[in-house]
Amino acid sequence: MGEVAVQALRGVSFEIEPASFVSFVGPSGSGKTTLLNLIGCLDKPTEGTLMVAGADVAALDRKASAAFRGKTIGFIFQDFNLLPVLTVYENIEYPLLMVQKIPPAERQQRVTALLEAVGMADQRDKKPDQISGGQKQRVAVARALVTNPKLVLADEPTANLDHGTAYMVLNLMKKMRDEFKTTFIFSTHDQKIVGEAETIFTLEDGKLNGTTSKGGNGHGQSL
Amino acid sequence: MGNLFKIAIRNLLRYKRRTLLTASLITVGVVFVLAFVSVAGTFKNMMIGQITDSMIGHLQVHRKGFVASIETLPLNLNLKGGAIGKLEKILNEQPEIEAYSPRVKFGGMFSNFTETSSIRLTAIDPEREFKTVPLLPERVSDGSKELKPGGILIPELLARGMKVKPGDAVVIVATNADGSVNGKQFIVAGVMESATGPGGRDGYVHLNDARELLRMEGQQVSEYVIRLKNFGNMASFSEKLDALLAQELNPQGKPMFELHTWEKLSPFFNIAQMIDLMTFFIKLMLIAIVLISIMNVMIMAVYERIREIGTIAAIGTLPGKILSMFVIEGFCMGVAGALIGDLVGIALVWILNLSKISYNFGQQKGIILQAGVSPADILMISATVIIVSVIASLQPAFKASRMEPIQALRHT
Repeated sequence: MGEVAVQALRGVSFEIEPASFVSFVGPSGSGKTTLLNLIGCLDKPTEGTLMVAGADVAALDRKASAAFRGKTIGFIFQDFNLLPVLTVYENIEYPLLMVQKIPPAERQQRVTALLEAVGMADQRDKKPDQISGGQKQRVAVARALVTNPKLVLADEPTANLDHGTAYMVLNLMKKMRDEFKTTFIFSTHDQKIVGEAETIFTLEDGKLNGTTSKGGNGHGQSL
Repeated sequence: MGNLFKIAIRNLLRYKRRTLLTASLITVGVVFVLAFVSVAGTFKNMMIGQITDSMIGHLQVHRKGFVASIETLPLNLNLKGGAIGKLEKILNEQPEIEAYSPRVKFGGMFSNFTETSSIRLTAIDPEREFKTVPLLPERVSDGSKELKPGGILIPELLARGMKVKPGDAVVIVATNADGSVNGKQFIVAGVMESATGPGGRDGYVHLNDARELLRMEGQQVSEYVIRLKNFGNMASFSEKLDALLAQELNPQGKPMFELHTWEKLSPFFNIAQMIDLMTFFIKLMLIAIVLISIMNVMIMAVYERIREIGTIAAIGTLPGKILSMFVIEGFCMGVAGALIGDLVGIALVWILNLSKISYNFGQQKGIILQAGVSPADILMISATVIIVSVIASLQPAFKASRMEPIQALRHT
């Protein structure tokens, strides 16, 4: 039995402005996660051009991709994906320590500032298994932002959160966008959460089916 | 680097039972090897000490061709006047030599006036001989430990078989170099135990008596026995002395002397080699234990943390750093196993010594085991464990570092 090639995305073309708050929506299997993986340099397109923050990421090799991700992109995962052996503080510090090699004083200042910003300063020494799901996602947001990335990708960031906590995390991401001028791109199929996005790309069967913009940040449909 | 160690140690402590089990396995291996190396090494050193210090010496020099014909104890291959002078001059100039002693070896018939048996005799200068093979007098189990002219030290089995005891008169009959047979009466000075176990037909007489019995004209020596100040330098000194002796040529232009270490002269060297071989295989077993246990635990660790690997890879951790994380885990486990194993091993050797375990070697009964473990052995075993631990974790670590983040993140 050989592997079956599945074309997850076809003919998708769009641009996203810096510091925007963008959501990809669509049913399961519509290609949202694949698109986020492509933008996040975790996957490569079989054809076409993919420019992220001015770089042709399709041409990057494995090591260069990792370096690019560490410098340019922050990730927020559906399951939070915090490292269980590290404390809240250490999880946020991890990219600065292991990826960017930031000096200790600056590291401390940036981590402390983000801990305050996401309201987790009093939980800094707790391990991930000692905090709630909403708190974990706040830590994940802080970890994604600590490297001052140009872009943060969030794949179903609220899927494992209750409604109230999901709104809180979304508002936090918006606040962070305003404060750090970072572009936030997230995927979701939760229509209530979608309402928080300024630009909404709708995907269906691997194709971009429509674009909705609020507040002048959208660019209309570009297929 | 410190942070990599911190993460590695925390990950190891995350699966306490598994880490403890693996570290314990390594510890048991290290303890076993240390105890074996210590006991086997002590036995080997004792055996070598007994053989060299009570019989063979560290090195021996003969006239070229003597050792090949040693079974017949050929008197015509003895060193004579000029050769003896040259050899003693060379030996006197070597600061590594603590003492050396000339010997004449010959075969003869031993008679108690009613029965006769064969005997192999070594004629010695007791003062020089006892400095060169200091445990020789200890082998005298009955009678005087001194050997004066006219006296003979005879092997225990011969004394028992011929029913002679210290103070009895015996006769030695021997054939000299020109073929004539001569006899001389001796008084049994003492009865000797064999250095290597039951059997043996070797006796000792004074060098002056041998010269008289064998009607030797001028000085003759079958062999020179050499004792070094430092036994550990035997190999290097042997090379040096061999080179010096090789320069001494006979009138035919061939080498005059031959040099042998105790290893070439005693069959017990094979036992020493067997002990070394067994030690080697025991060390191989340790390597196998460490290799399999560390590799197993690291493969498990990588499998269980695929999503974590995906996460750290996604947020930009370079493959080399991911590899280091897992290799350091293996390294830490190896260090822990080696350290605990060393401590327990040293304690076990100490307890063994406290227990005063006794054993027999040759005719010597009730030798108390005094096991010792050298820092070099501890370092070598620890280094082996740590290096093997790192090697064992390389494959799983490499696999982790090569994982595609997207696939790792999808892993459930």
